[in-house]
Amino acid sequence: MAEGTLLTDDFLRQIINVGEVDIVVGLSTHNHAKTIGPLTAAIQAGILKCFPRERVAIINADGGSQDGTPELVAKASIDDTWREAKVYALRTLHSISVRYARAPDPGKALQTILAAADLLRAKACVLISPDSTTFEPDWLQRLIRPVYNDNFDLVCPVYTRQRSEGALVRNVLYPMTRSVYGRRIREPYGSEFAVSGRLATDFLGNGISNEDWCRMGPEMSITIMAVTSKYKVCQSFLGIKPHSTRDAHDMVAVMRRTVGALFSSLDSKFSFWSAISGSEAVASFGTPVQVELEANRVNRKRLLEMFSTGVVQLEGVLRSILSPPMLAELQRIAALDINKFEYPAELWTKTVFEFAASYHNSTINRDHIIQALVPLYRGRSLTFLTENRDGPEQDIQTREESLCADFERLKPYLLEIWADRK
Amino acid sequence: MQDIIVSELTQAFQQMARDIAHYLPRFIVMLIVVLIGWVIAYLLKMFIRSLLRLTKFSKLSENAGATLLLHQAALPSSTELVSRFVFWVAWVGFVLLGVSVLGIAGLQEYISRFFLFLPRLFVALVILFFGFVAASFVSRAALLAAVNANFRSSRMLSAAIRILISIFTLSMVFEVLGVGEETMLIAFATVFGAAMLGLAIAFGVGGKDLAREFLEKRFAAAGKEEKEDELSPL
Repeated sequence: MAEGTLLTDDFLRQIINVGEVDIVVGLSTHNHAKTIGPLTAAIQAGILKCFPRERVAIINADGGSQDGTPELVAKASIDDTWREAKVYALRTLHSISVRYARAPDPGKALQTILAAADLLRAKACVLISPDSTTFEPDWLQRLIRPVYNDNFDLVCPVYTRQRSEGALVRNVLYPMTRSVYGRRIREPYGSEFAVSGRLATDFLGNGISNEDWCRMGPEMSITIMAVTSKYKVCQSFLGIKPHSTRDAHDMVAVMRRTVGALFSSLDSKFSFWSAISGSEAVASFGTPVQVELEANRVNRKRLLEMFSTGVVQLEGVLRSILSPPMLAELQRIAALDINKFEYPAELWTKTVFEFAASYHNSTINRDHIIQALVPLYRGRSLTFLTENRDGPEQDIQTREESLCADFERLKPYLLEIWADRK
Repeated sequence: MQDIIVSELTQAFQQMARDIAHYLPRFIVMLIVVLIGWVIAYLLKMFIRSLLRLTKFSKLSENAGATLLLHQAALPSSTELVSRFVFWVAWVGFVLLGVSVLGIAGLQEYISRFFLFLPRLFVALVILFFGFVAASFVSRAALLAAVNANFRSSRMLSAAIRILISIFTLSMVFEVLGVGEETMLIAFATVFGAAMLGLAIAFGVGGKDLAREFLEKRFAAAGKEEKEDELSPL
């Protein structure tokens, strides 16, 4: 494990003072002063309500906040929660904040939290997103119980989303992971998830320190590693995923962290995924939360403009990545009017597969391949928004399932072009 | 009279025989050097070709856009081109080495100049190749960044970056080769300065509306944008 170089002396001292715990709750923050207070209170309430007998530590890995976020986490008193919940913890709840870097780095943050969990010999480690404004104390139980009681190694979340939310997860991450790795994990890139102590140790020792793809997107990679290393994986229904535009501002960074890590993992895990056909469900806990679906206002014209401009301006780049018929088809739809525009599921599936194959063969710089996918993703997002604007939730799920079926059906196409694409 | 003619002819023939006897071993040595040189150059070519294939040089060249350019110019692949270049440089070197064995006065200086020029030629070619790679990589990175930032003249920006890096590379190459150093330096400075001035004027005068629109979008309407345009991906 690499914690010797990663963790500061002061942080190690604090961990030694804590001793051993049963559960670690990890918070990776960067300027989250607005949301961290209520979230910490909800976490504490969850601990008091669901795990009053367990030894729990909150580990806050901060990426150089300027708004006093770490201080807010460290200061968070459990006394207030006690008074409100009228439940008393039987153990001391420790809260430790550490500044792992001056700028946010999701990989280092996760590494810091998992290293702390490993040192504290935690049986379960749960990661909570500081953007989770809809976090409820029960979420903690839903994430931790399968690891703590049922011996699962990874618990992925399942969220209830609004119509226009989670376009990347619904159009790439879920269908691609399901088709390639054969497991139906709805949120392979979860903002909240729980891991067992053994998976955390393995990920630290063999994943993030050895594999490039684990460093690219640690949250995505931990799911892939759990699936490919035959760990016990399940998913738990949580609740409503809050609308967050934090990631939308830098779509390229999100692509690198998610699709980049997924594409990159395909290289070293080829022998595993090439033998898989179809997919199987994973164990699910809880029940979906029913809400009235709303569509956020999104500038569809701008999305189409960004797609069309991307296809035109990046013609030379796309020619190095896509096959001529695929490029011709994209050029055709890029010229369509907004009312007639459609980026069909099959075309999108083939586009993603051709990008994955080109990424594998490094037809151009790999990071450039990921960047070139962004305008095309915007085009697919437009179709996704248009399709999901009205209608019942059942229709949305049917379309999602249909896209996943396309990804599974066309997997032989990926295998075919995997070695051929030059 | 007849005796004189016979004597002169005899002397001339003897001189010629002496000269031939003097040069013939050297000529044979030259031929041997050239022949051995050819074999060494050929082996070197095969070695370089294998090495380049092993290191996937063609992919690097393809990424840099050099392969497309060579294809358009009906030239062989970059791997073949480099290995052929090494062959010819090595063989010409051996040929000149062989010629130097002949001991022809005046030729020695040119031969030593050629050998002194070789390292510079090699450095110039390395600079040219990496300059080409850098121009292609940086211009593509700029194009992608500009497109993803929804910048309207992405291609123009990318082309401008490519041209500037190419000019800079060429000026470096000429400087290393010692060909028109000052001319190239002045030309580069002029082109670079003119391009910058042109861009400044173009953006200042022609793009004032665009700049205003950009600033308004960036600062004044930031809140509205966030509410309407952002699509949460995760």
